[in-house]
Amino acid sequence: MLDNRVDQPILWTHALTKQVNTGDTQLTILQDIDLQVNAGEAVAIIGASGSGKSTLLGLLAGLDLPTAGKVHLDAVDIFTLDEDSRAALRGKVLGFVFQSFQLLPALTALENVMLPLELSQQNKDAGTIARRLLERVGLAKRLDHYPKQLSGGEQQRVAIARAFATDPKLLLADEPTGNLDSATGIQIIDLMFELNREHGTTLVLVTHDEALSQRCSRQIRLADGKLVQ
Amino acid sequence: MSHFKLSFRMLCRDWRAGELNVLVLALIIAVSGMTTVGFFAERVELALTRESNQLLGADLLVISSRPLPEIYAEEAGRLGLAISSLTKFPSMISDGENNLLTEIKAVTEGYPLRGRIHLASRSSMLRTKQPEITTANTIPQPGTIWVDEKVMARLDLKANDMVDVGAAQLTVTELVVREPDHSVGFINMGARAMINASDLSETDLIQEGSRVSYQLLVAGEVKMVQQFRDWLKPQLTKAQRVEGIRDARPEIKAALERAEKFLSLAALASVVLAAAAIALAVRRFTQRHLDGCAVMRSLGASQRQLFYLYGHYFITLGVIASTIACLIGFAAQQILASWLIGIVDTALPWPSWLPALQGLLVGLVLLVGFALPPVLNLRSVPALRVLRRDIGLSNAHSLAGYLLGLVTLSLLFIWKAQDIKLGLYIVTGFVSAIVIFGCLGWLLIKVLSGLRHQAGGAWRYGLASIHRRAISSILQAVALGLGLMSLLVLTLIQNDLIDDWHASLPPDAPNHFLVNIQADEVQSLQEFFQQYEIEPPPMYPMVKGRLIKINGKNISPKNYGDDPHAERHIRREFNLTWASELSSDNQIVQGAWWNADTHEAELSIEEGIAKTIRVKLGDELTYDIAGSHFTAKITSVRKVDWDTFRANFFVVVPPGQLDNYPASFVTSFYVPPAEIAMVHELVRTFPSILVVDVAVVINQVQQMIQQVSQAVEFVFLFTLLAGFAVLYAAIAATQDERIYEAAIFRALGARREQLSRAWAAEFAILGGLAGLFASAGASALAYVISKHVLHFDYTFNPWIWVVGTLAGVIGVLVAGLLGTRSVLSSPPLLTLRKIG
Repeated sequence: MLDNRVDQPILWTHALTKQVNTGDTQLTILQDIDLQVNAGEAVAIIGASGSGKSTLLGLLAGLDLPTAGKVHLDAVDIFTLDEDSRAALRGKVLGFVFQSFQLLPALTALENVMLPLELSQQNKDAGTIARRLLERVGLAKRLDHYPKQLSGGEQQRVAIARAFATDPKLLLADEPTGNLDSATGIQIIDLMFELNREHGTTLVLVTHDEALSQRCSRQIRLADGKLVQ
Repeated sequence: MSHFKLSFRMLCRDWRAGELNVLVLALIIAVSGMTTVGFFAERVELALTRESNQLLGADLLVISSRPLPEIYAEEAGRLGLAISSLTKFPSMISDGENNLLTEIKAVTEGYPLRGRIHLASRSSMLRTKQPEITTANTIPQPGTIWVDEKVMARLDLKANDMVDVGAAQLTVTELVVREPDHSVGFINMGARAMINASDLSETDLIQEGSRVSYQLLVAGEVKMVQQFRDWLKPQLTKAQRVEGIRDARPEIKAALERAEKFLSLAALASVVLAAAAIALAVRRFTQRHLDGCAVMRSLGASQRQLFYLYGHYFITLGVIASTIACLIGFAAQQILASWLIGIVDTALPWPSWLPALQGLLVGLVLLVGFALPPVLNLRSVPALRVLRRDIGLSNAHSLAGYLLGLVTLSLLFIWKAQDIKLGLYIVTGFVSAIVIFGCLGWLLIKVLSGLRHQAGGAWRYGLASIHRRAISSILQAVALGLGLMSLLVLTLIQNDLIDDWHASLPPDAPNHFLVNIQADEVQSLQEFFQQYEIEPPPMYPMVKGRLIKINGKNISPKNYGDDPHAERHIRREFNLTWASELSSDNQIVQGAWWNADTHEAELSIEEGIAKTIRVKLGDELTYDIAGSHFTAKITSVRKVDWDTFRANFFVVVPPGQLDNYPASFVTSFYVPPAEIAMVHELVRTFPSILVVDVAVVINQVQQMIQQVSQAVEFVFLFTLLAGFAVLYAAIAATQDERIYEAAIFRALGARREQLSRAWAAEFAILGGLAGLFASAGASALAYVISKHVLHFDYTFNPWIWVVGTLAGVIGVLVAGLLGTRSVLSSPPLLTLRKIG
């Protein structure tokens, strides 16, 4: 499964630029970003705070609109699509892991993992899949707990289980250890890489942590909104 | 998974997690408050109508000067209505020596259908001062007669005496103290007696041409009575007429109609309060669901999916919450009703299901109108929020959303008010209030926040908070202002309404009329009053005349053949009086009152009678007074307040004009029940003067007004409860922001007391703004409603500004501090960790 995907670009960008107006002046956050991520790769985007990492991730996922340039995700030029079509594409192709976990507080661990499956309206047995994933991330006994009843590490495990629920082609992770202590952080990263391998998912990881980035097969460095190879 | 299933699961999850508490509570309090008012008002209205029907003896009377066709009673029986009949006529009663003109009432079994006949117990028939009263369970047995105190006194009767009524000899068995009768009025209150209808033929009194009133009494379910009335209307001949309580007693009609309008106003006020509470609660809901929606968007949910998801979610929520609220409303009114039994004599009739249906519908409409638009805007939450929490919804979205709410609310008003005029007044009032309050709030917040650099610590922070949350603050102030305004308007109107009722019938309202006082008796009568240390009441002259010409053209009852009411007036004699001053319960609506020294032949006519006999300002009327003609021109039209029970006249002329005609005088005065002996003495001293005792009627009307006032006050309590829902929702609306602020402030070293002072300042400013808005709005709205809807004079009350502003400040301050107490006591680390 892994071999089939190697060397085919699942994600590429061309001249991706993002500017914002700050009163009189225009601030360039990203400028002419050209990058390519092949299926099965694990790519780290690294850079200091304010280098434009999260903005780039938002554009790659189609969560934000660029000032100029293109993003092709799974062979689709995503900015030719409207917001709803982009959402549908995300639901099919992408999985997310966020720094602040972003679990829905009103839902239990199990329900949080079921949510993307329910939204995709696939006729899969959401409960079984979610339960299996939560068992896989070591939370078999926490299925009915609410986020606020879980520790940070546990919450991030739920988030990882949720990210893999729809069996995405591409997993985007935004500083996944940013809110965790270092020991828990290491466990979470190990778990994420394991699942990534098991599911044959492509990984794009945004981090400012050099050591973490070294676990990826390739590093892309951002500084002042530009790629530094 | 279908949207419906998913939305239902989301609803259950949110419910379980306590996310819906504020919204559901606001909805439940508001809808149950409104349903309670609806149910209760309906039952009270039914009970009051039935209670007032006691004055009539039935729910409906069919009256005729000829025997009524059998088919009327048959139809009433067919509809399941209770029936009874009575025949009323004047006749002499004789004890062998003296005769007394008495109104005889021959009744059949079942009389009265509403109310009771009150009798003085046998032992007290010897005319002690305070007789013991019992109620009759039956009607006079054949061969017996029940008489009133006048017959008793004038014929000097005692129990078991025999009297002659026509050809029949009857035994006096009971003394009637009080009986239901629609015609208890000014002139009809001579001596009265009651006999069994089976004795009627024996009296031989009913002959061709006798002055007899035949009456069919009908009572039963409101709907059936109405059905009977509808069936009857086209069958009535000119000699027959139908009377319900509203046709018979204008003063009760006015009190009931105003009470009904007030109760529907109270229900409308709860609708406004519900809308305000929901609008506030839903703001918190959307804030709390922003993240969830952003996550769902990032996980691939389309806008359409979110639209359906939340659409289903809210409709389900609305149906469930409104149903619960209706059940609570029903239970609450049941408790209220059991409470009310103490003040209403009659058993409370069951309400219909309409208030529940209305409650359900109103709950749904409110939720859809006020909650759904902002919630549906959630679908446009930028998915980028998952990466950048500072991105939210633009306020323009949610403000536009409230427009739908306003439109639905307006339609609801017009429907609930069941009175386009009232509905439109309120809608216009509230819409302008929202616009004006909103603009003023924005302006005031701008001005106040400019002053914050001059203010002290807590005030500076409070002003800064209000400014930072400008839109949210304006919304809170407007919603609280509207809520408070509804309560103030109700308070103002309620007080005025009750005062107005009480003022129209003060405790010392005249309870006796003296009629047929001759000119040469006036002097001695005044002396008689002085003997008893009673201020001699003013004597009104009265000249009887029949209207024979209008503008020189002869008229006769035939001219009014199409209107039996007008025909009766033309047939009878008018009572004309003269006066130099306009009396206080009269008001000129057209033309002008005369100068005191006028010698012109002019007259002033009451507007109702002018309309009935079809005359107008400038017309010339000619009366036949004891064979001579008196002609005068209408120079003014008066509106008369008939509620006051004072002597009033349809036609008044300037003094001096009627000097050449025979006049008698009438007067009215108040006698405390304990001094009733004075009236007996008066009857003995002036045998030719007719004494009319209206104490019973006055008492009944006063009692009814008291009951209506109490009902109005009860209902008001419920509206107040809905007001608390608004307050609760307003405080809860910013709770999350406060938790966050508190965590940061306390992490930075702020003491609880510092934080609580700063919030107190913010709440006080918010409450003050709301209070000011409410006072201004309430003064204007109460004026319009009093004047144009309830038709009584509004007295401007400057205290409303003080009370309104203080109520706003204190209410919001206390509720705010109580509501945020738990926030202050939770450890900041917990909050900060939660926010991440």
